[in-house]
Amino acid sequence: MLYALKIATRYLTASKAQTALLVLGVAVGVFIFIFMSALIGGLAEFILSRTVGDISHVTIEAEDPDPAVLVGGDGHVLAAIERGRLRTATLSEAATYIPLIEAVPGVVAVSPQISGAGFLARGAQVEQVSVTGLEPGRESAILNLRGYMVEGSERVGSGVIVLGETLADELSLRLGQTVRLQSSTGALAVLTVGGIYDTGNGMIDGSSVYVSLPTARTLFALPQGVTRIEIKLTDLNAADATALRIAALTGLDAVPWTDGAEQLMEALDAQAQTGYFLKSFALVTIVIGVASALLLSTYRRRPEIGIMRAMGAGRGFVIFVFVTQGALVGLMGGLSGAALGYLALLPFPSRDAFEAGTLPMDITQGSYGLAITLTVIGAILASILPARSAARVDPVTAIGQ
Amino acid sequence: MTALLEVSGLYKTFGTGEAATRVLRGLSLTLAEGEMAALLGPSGSGKSTLLTILGTLMKPTSGSYTMLGQDLVAAEDRALTEFRNRHIGFVFQFHNLLPDFTALENVIFPTAVREGRETATARARGRDLLVRMGLENRVNFPSANLSGGQKQRVAVARALMNQPELVLADEPTGNLDRESAMQVMELIAEINRDEGTTFLISTHDEKIASLCRRQIVVGDGLVTG
Ligand SMILES: Nc1ncnc2c1ncn2[C@@H]1O[C@H](COP(=O)(O)OP(=O)(O)OP(=O)(O)O)[C@@H](O)[C@H]1O
Ligand SMILES: [Mg+2]
Repeated sequence: MLYALKIATRYLTASKAQTALLVLGVAVGVFIFIFMSALIGGLAEFILSRTVGDISHVTIEAEDPDPAVLVGGDGHVLAAIERGRLRTATLSEAATYIPLIEAVPGVVAVSPQISGAGFLARGAQVEQVSVTGLEPGRESAILNLRGYMVEGSERVGSGVIVLGETLADELSLRLGQTVRLQSSTGALAVLTVGGIYDTGNGMIDGSSVYVSLPTARTLFALPQGVTRIEIKLTDLNAADATALRIAALTGLDAVPWTDGAEQLMEALDAQAQTGYFLKSFALVTIVIGVASALLLSTYRRRPEIGIMRAMGAGRGFVIFVFVTQGALVGLMGGLSGAALGYLALLPFPSRDAFEAGTLPMDITQGSYGLAITLTVIGAILASILPARSAARVDPVTAIGQ
Repeated sequence: MTALLEVSGLYKTFGTGEAATRVLRGLSLTLAEGEMAALLGPSGSGKSTLLTILGTLMKPTSGSYTMLGQDLVAAEDRALTEFRNRHIGFVFQFHNLLPDFTALENVIFPTAVREGRETATARARGRDLLVRMGLENRVNFPSANLSGGQKQRVAVARALMNQPELVLADEPTGNLDRESAMQVMELIAEINRDEGTTFLISTHDEKIASLCRRQIVVGDGLVTG
């Protein structure tokens, strides 16, 4: 069908201005498609990075074990369990699980932690804080502490505490000064301020402190194990599946970040739906544009179609000529629209440099291939109606005897 | 003389009921191989209608039509398309050429559409035909820019491209001045003489008709002379 292709290209090049206009129309549709993809994708990325970028994607928390029933008996045992204030639930075999979890595909970082409540005191001033013990050297595994440091370093060596700027101001603490930290179990540690951060999150800046895992062990009287394992993934959206996988692997209760984030997920979902809606509109516009232009062309070329039919061109040949025109218009419009979209997205900051107040366009989420493919398919579908009407042209009336 | 085609009892009615136009009413005609015939008759007598039926572009309301031993009334669109391509050439009065293609591209269309591409052999034959039509300096000329007489000569060349047994020409010279008309007719006569291609040419022009060895006159839906 090389010959039909030749005729199709000749028809398109014969009326250059008309073809250019049609291709431009298609390109604009593709441009909108790509722009919407980049915007919706970038927006989702932006919102997610602002909300869950710094949190654990899958978390394993220790569960309080059910106390053993000492009095055996028939029937059910009803027990009211009062949570002990002093006993902290632990993941005692954490050390054996961590290599297992690290080997799960998609896991970027695993952070064993010991956390608990405590009081931070300097002179007469006392603040209630939540204490987290981190593995020295891997402080930024989940929350990017290093990125938020305003003074000192995020490293939690022995005898070092890292805390937020708000809390430091509250206690008039400066880098290198010492502070007393008393845990809820009563243990006391005297620590030196090694670093001050500012995350922009009030809770973390005002009432969280970080110490080393060994320090936390002493503070909370936990000779082994941890209270929590936080896990970071390459793909935020894989959290549900990965959590299931980790739970199956370790038998632990792995909770994805999406648990309890339904509202956020719904909002993102609604946003994505809006995107699909607008993109579908762009495609429909392309289809209508191509269909009407080709329909006009088949009408204008009726006598020629009649001649071709009289000369021995079959209906299939005529259909092929017009469908090929549609495909070519779709391809040219798709490619130029994609190029146009890419160029238009270039000036926008990259996804790592999104700033509030500007459109968070993500040039990597333009769906260029999808846009071109869908456009070509749409243009081919759009040309079927005109092509069929062309194939039905009656040579006798078309030639106009 | 063997018969190339034979129609008998041909009826063609357009429309139905009150508005029905009965154009052909039992027309019978035989064309022998190598004939050159003129088709005459008043306007509206059905000359074009007969030519389109003979060209398999339209089916008769009833009657039989066989050419080269094939029943062309019963045949389906696909078979007729193939038959036309191989055995019948057309020259029309208007709308003859594909305007976006060169003279040569127009001439080789019937071969290219069958073979799926433009072969060197086809191009060579197309060029020969154009030279024969006196158009050696118009071979790669856009057909839209040709004069009326040149267009009709290109159309004749195209009609001959697949070496058909029959060429149907519906007022091929109707749009031309006398000189161009004569030139086209002389070329047709030459082809008919040299290659034995059968021509059936409808015309209102007695002078043109007189160049044909046989005159067929239609009237009242029948051959009257
Ligand atoms: N598609 C059609 N529908 C209805 N009537 C038609 C159709 N085609 C032809 N006719 C009628 O059939 C009759 C014969 O037409 P045709 O074109 O065959 O005549 P003609 O002999 O070629 O005339 P002319 O010399 O003017 O070309 C005319 O009355 C015409 O109006
Ligand atoms: Mg006529």
